[in-house]
Amino acid sequence: MRHIISIQLENESGALSRVAGLFSARGFNIESLTVATTNDPTLSRMTIVSVGNDDIIEQIVKQLNKLIDVVTVTDLTATEHIERELVLIKISIDNDTQAKVDTQLDAFNAKIIDAAEEAYIVELAGKSQKINDFINAFDADKIIEVSRTGVTGVCQKIES
Amino acid sequence: MKLNGAQILVDCLKSEGVKHIFGYPGGAVLHIYDALDSCTTIDHVLVRHEQGAVHAADGYARTSGKCGVSLVTSGPGLTNAVTGIATAFTDSIPMVVISGQVPSAVIGSDAFQEVDAVGITRSCVKHNFLIKNADDLAETVKKAFYIATTGRPGPVLIDITKDATIAEIEYEGYPETIEMRSYQPKVQINTEQIAKAIAVIEKAQKPIIYSGGGSVIGNASEALTTLTRNTGFPITQTLMGLGAYPATDKQSLGMLGMHGTYESNMAMHDSDCIIAIGARFDDRITGNLEKFCPYAKIIHIDIDPSSVGKVVGVDVSVIGQVNDVLHALIQGLKGKTLSNIDTWWKQINEWRKVDSLAYKTTEGIIKPQTVVEMLYEVTNGEAIVTSDVGQHQMWAAQYYPFDKPRRWINSGGLGTMGFGLPAAMGAKLAEPDLEVACVTGDGSIQMMLQELSTMLQYHTPVKIINLNNGYLGMVRQWQEFFYEKRYAMSYMDALPDFVKLAESYGHIGIRVEKEADLKPALLEAFKQKDRTVFLDIITDPTENVFPMIPSGAGHHEMLLAGRDEMASTNDSGLNLV
Repeated sequence: MRHIISIQLENESGALSRVAGLFSARGFNIESLTVATTNDPTLSRMTIVSVGNDDIIEQIVKQLNKLIDVVTVTDLTATEHIERELVLIKISIDNDTQAKVDTQLDAFNAKIIDAAEEAYIVELAGKSQKINDFINAFDADKIIEVSRTGVTGVCQKIES
Repeated sequence: MKLNGAQILVDCLKSEGVKHIFGYPGGAVLHIYDALDSCTTIDHVLVRHEQGAVHAADGYARTSGKCGVSLVTSGPGLTNAVTGIATAFTDSIPMVVISGQVPSAVIGSDAFQEVDAVGITRSCVKHNFLIKNADDLAETVKKAFYIATTGRPGPVLIDITKDATIAEIEYEGYPETIEMRSYQPKVQINTEQIAKAIAVIEKAQKPIIYSGGGSVIGNASEALTTLTRNTGFPITQTLMGLGAYPATDKQSLGMLGMHGTYESNMAMHDSDCIIAIGARFDDRITGNLEKFCPYAKIIHIDIDPSSVGKVVGVDVSVIGQVNDVLHALIQGLKGKTLSNIDTWWKQINEWRKVDSLAYKTTEGIIKPQTVVEMLYEVTNGEAIVTSDVGQHQMWAAQYYPFDKPRRWINSGGLGTMGFGLPAAMGAKLAEPDLEVACVTGDGSIQMMLQELSTMLQYHTPVKIINLNNGYLGMVRQWQEFFYEKRYAMSYMDALPDFVKLAESYGHIGIRVEKEADLKPALLEAFKQKDRTVFLDIITDPTENVFPMIPSGAGHHEMLLAGRDEMASTNDSGLNLV
């Protein structure tokens, strides 16, 4: 099953490689990984999407907790949560296809952030499935480039 | 007080109470060595190879229970140390390794003797640090010792750039305490889990205590003994756990696992309640997981939550310091009535009658088992025994019953050949009044032979018991069993004359070829209190380690010496190593 694991870790050099190294050394899956500093500059937030049965996810959480730089580990999928991913797509356009592309963009509520003569750069945020559907909505040969951020998420519960 | 980084580091080590450092100098650590030279409270042991430094610090730590400390230079100094670090990591040994690093200004430029020490060691340390600034030294050293020695212990590397050792800064002294929001090793024991464990123990008809290295590292020997005596339960111990409970006691069934006793493994297989204490269900213990302990409820006590449920599903887990949990269990069991387990003991005593450690002697040939038994006799079972890795390691574990913890020092998890000799040196420095024997083989001893030189320089008299069978014996045994006797590259041709070799290093060498000479040679060796003696004992080249659970088999499918001479395995067994 797909799990979203949210990690708070010390914002120190090498912390990312400790987490990434743990996954590769123990043969755990990483589908996506995002990381950035939080409002507390000494802390980073890392969000990892992994796939595995309950035993594997339990081990992932326990092994992450063992890393000295890791402050908290939460399996977001086990609680009410919001997840989002951002994609930037470069789509080629011409007179014949532009109307069709515009319709698709409207359908997904996607935003054109750069419009050149031959291509759009389009932005869309949403759940991963929505991003997949959006990408699949275009003819493959019209897509010049896709860049996804990977999933980030927050727990809906307000913790004290 | 204005000090340079190197002086601050040395002051930190002094403040930590460090008495011995095992190391090897080089360009990046010259300032540290310069500062160390004027320090009168720390003895530095100059090894002959950095791997030897780390193994010696490891042997020192395992014997004394203190944190081992090792100091190496950048580049090859560090890479040589990695095997030692990984060895300590796998067996959860508290250790701080300090490595030099090239100056911070040239990091990343492929400078002379530069390697990414933090990157290389990341997967075999509990934690590591790179210090580029002298201001960070004191707090980082404090953190390193704190991390290495608390929770589940392990090695911590501190990589220090040369400029950080040179920079002069205002030093405010070594911090007394340290707070880390991301590392909270103190665990509150969950009393509900204790109650659940007791409920399982109360119902047990066929209980067994399965104790591992955690009982030794966690200094839980006394509590373990009390619990075992109070409950009257049988106890089996892992290779890493030997000595935590006295092996000569009647409740002890001996070691379990691949080369454990028949009674231990059969009792594990038939048990309805396994109390696992500081043990991690290693593959050498469990054999085929599908056949592992089919009837048992498993209680797992461990300091490391990730050990629980990693290999085997458990029914009750109690997380905490083994010693604390055992005390809670002992308290909780007071006044409880346990089931009568006379029938269980009767069954166990039947298994004991199989006498699975019996071996055949052959006229004119020295059996390795006999050597270990005689070593036990000559040392009254009181020696610290270190070992290398292979057949001799198993024979030492099987035929030298340890009654005290921290007397059996071996690389159980990583299985590092070459560990025994430097570890013996570290052990002798930790316990100078105890006899130290290094049981080794002609393959293993040659991996760290150079440390004979260090042992002369620092007067660490140990007795080297070389079980010389001319083979890489464990490899040969597996080839005999599982590779149709194709002995690919397991024969050691052109062995050195170990007697002359020992003599050239300034030690005493004795070669023993006849059984009649064995005991006199051992007595003579131990009579030489102040000398290292190398006993080169020519043993039966065809002897195999029995009993044995072949890879892929279950605990109840053991092979016994003289009864099942040829072990066999299946495809999954061959895959398992």
